[in-house]
Amino acid sequence: MNESSASPRSKHGASVHRIQASDLGRSYLRHHLQVAVESLIRLLRAPVATLMTVMVLSIALTLPSVLYVGLKNIQAVSQQWQGVTQVTLYLSAELSEEQGRDLALQLDSNDQIQNLVYLSKGDALAEFKQYSGFADALERLDDNPLPAVILLEPSIDYLQQAQLDRLKTQLESVDGVEEAQIDMAWLQRLFSLTLLAQQLVIVLSCLLGFAVVLVVGNTIRLEIENRRDEILVVKLVGGTDGFVRRPFLYTGLWYGLAAGLAAWLLVQGSLWYLSGVVDRLISLYQSDFQLQGLGLVAAVVLLGLSISIGVCGAWLAVIRHLKAIEPK
Amino acid sequence: MIRFDNVSMRYPGGHEALRQVDFSLERGEMAFLTGHSGAGKSTLLKLIMLMERASQGQVMVDGNNLNRLPNRQIPFLRRRIGVVFQNHQLLFDRSVFNNVALPLVISGYDDSDIGKRVRAALDKVGLLNKEKLNPILLSSGEQQRVGIARAIVNKPQLLLADEPTGNLDPQLSAEIMGLFHQFNQVGVSVLVASHDLELISRLPHRVMRLSQGRMV
Repeated sequence: MNESSASPRSKHGASVHRIQASDLGRSYLRHHLQVAVESLIRLLRAPVATLMTVMVLSIALTLPSVLYVGLKNIQAVSQQWQGVTQVTLYLSAELSEEQGRDLALQLDSNDQIQNLVYLSKGDALAEFKQYSGFADALERLDDNPLPAVILLEPSIDYLQQAQLDRLKTQLESVDGVEEAQIDMAWLQRLFSLTLLAQQLVIVLSCLLGFAVVLVVGNTIRLEIENRRDEILVVKLVGGTDGFVRRPFLYTGLWYGLAAGLAAWLLVQGSLWYLSGVVDRLISLYQSDFQLQGLGLVAAVVLLGLSISIGVCGAWLAVIRHLKAIEPK
Repeated sequence: MIRFDNVSMRYPGGHEALRQVDFSLERGEMAFLTGHSGAGKSTLLKLIMLMERASQGQVMVDGNNLNRLPNRQIPFLRRRIGVVFQNHQLLFDRSVFNNVALPLVISGYDDSDIGKRVRAALDKVGLLNKEKLNPILLSSGEQQRVGIARAIVNKPQLLLADEPTGNLDPQLSAEIMGLFHQFNQVGVSVLVASHDLELISRLPHRVMRLSQGRMV
């Protein structure tokens, strides 16, 4: 049934048509291009239906993408804070300012410690007034209720949990130190929360990706039903399975591409909408942090995934439903 | 071109459409297949197109044993057979030209080549001036001729027709049969299933008759 088996027949009757392999290759590519354009035109001819489907798909893709961006930002923030393990020493109230400064000097020579700052009772009060918003209430107090504080950071080589615990005990045993507090626990909690969120994003992405496959599959199934007559005729006049499949796979590809682009726009739009709120939040934390977008790589990955998901959904529908359409 | 050896066809429901049929159609021959509706004419044509596979016996088409032809080769068999259907199987979402061009598009011809061949085929059936129309606007005789143009556009060696004049008045029927006769004159093997005995008897071709699935 290949072209070579046709040669003996050329003696008989009408001339037999042979197609060169190079022609076939070229016509194959041209055919692909043609089918791609035709399926796109077909989609654009039903703009409302196409738009609705694309919206459903893009929303399903946007959700995990936004979560991903959120997670990425949280991780970026916590990265900034990582290593900034701060120890706060609350000094006992009986200590005079001079004794406090002496203590600070004395601790500064400890090589487990760096970036030491002494805040007198007055400094502490001034800072508290500035950031807490209780300035008026504090004005009315006769006495400064705040203790003097020494803020310090453990040296870079002393950041392990066991070392920090030892440092804490050591510092608390120093005369004049009421309490040593290591600001670590919340950071660890944040880390495990982001880890949890990461898993959640993965699970959600898988579920919604699957939903997209199903939506595309169902849309293509309807399309196959609509074009039943055409499929029958094409099979009757010698269309291969590949030929019959092709327009539907391209339709899936276009859905995927459109949904990916729309999802990217939705993500960028959401970020733009959120950026005002985030900026205000960040200014409260006196951080120079910048809200990160999806980024080029992630955008390309999003598009690639949505296209593959589109083709995949179309493929599933085609495998399931085209077999059932055979000329009888 | 076609040879049936002891071919039987039983449908899944148990209906036996063909019983031990033997016949052959020589290269370049034209023949008619007649019989009442339900006699098995359509089934016989479907076996040649591999729309069905024989339950028993051997079907040879153009040197190929169809019993052994794998499914993925079926499209390539069909490309070498032109078929005309009673209900002509045209697509109403495209022009006459694009209907006729379909087999060529499937086979991967160049656009310029397609244009030439489609116009040649439409010229043969006398519809060259209607190529841009939607086939739904044509009369049923014209639609049938579009179907014929599509069947011959690939220049097949074998042309099958299943009741090609079923819905046409006598004059149009005669025209259509005349077209088949012309194709046969240039060397195409033609097998026409028809129950229009009066029309058939006027043409100088062999007539085979099926009755209740048997060749008589």
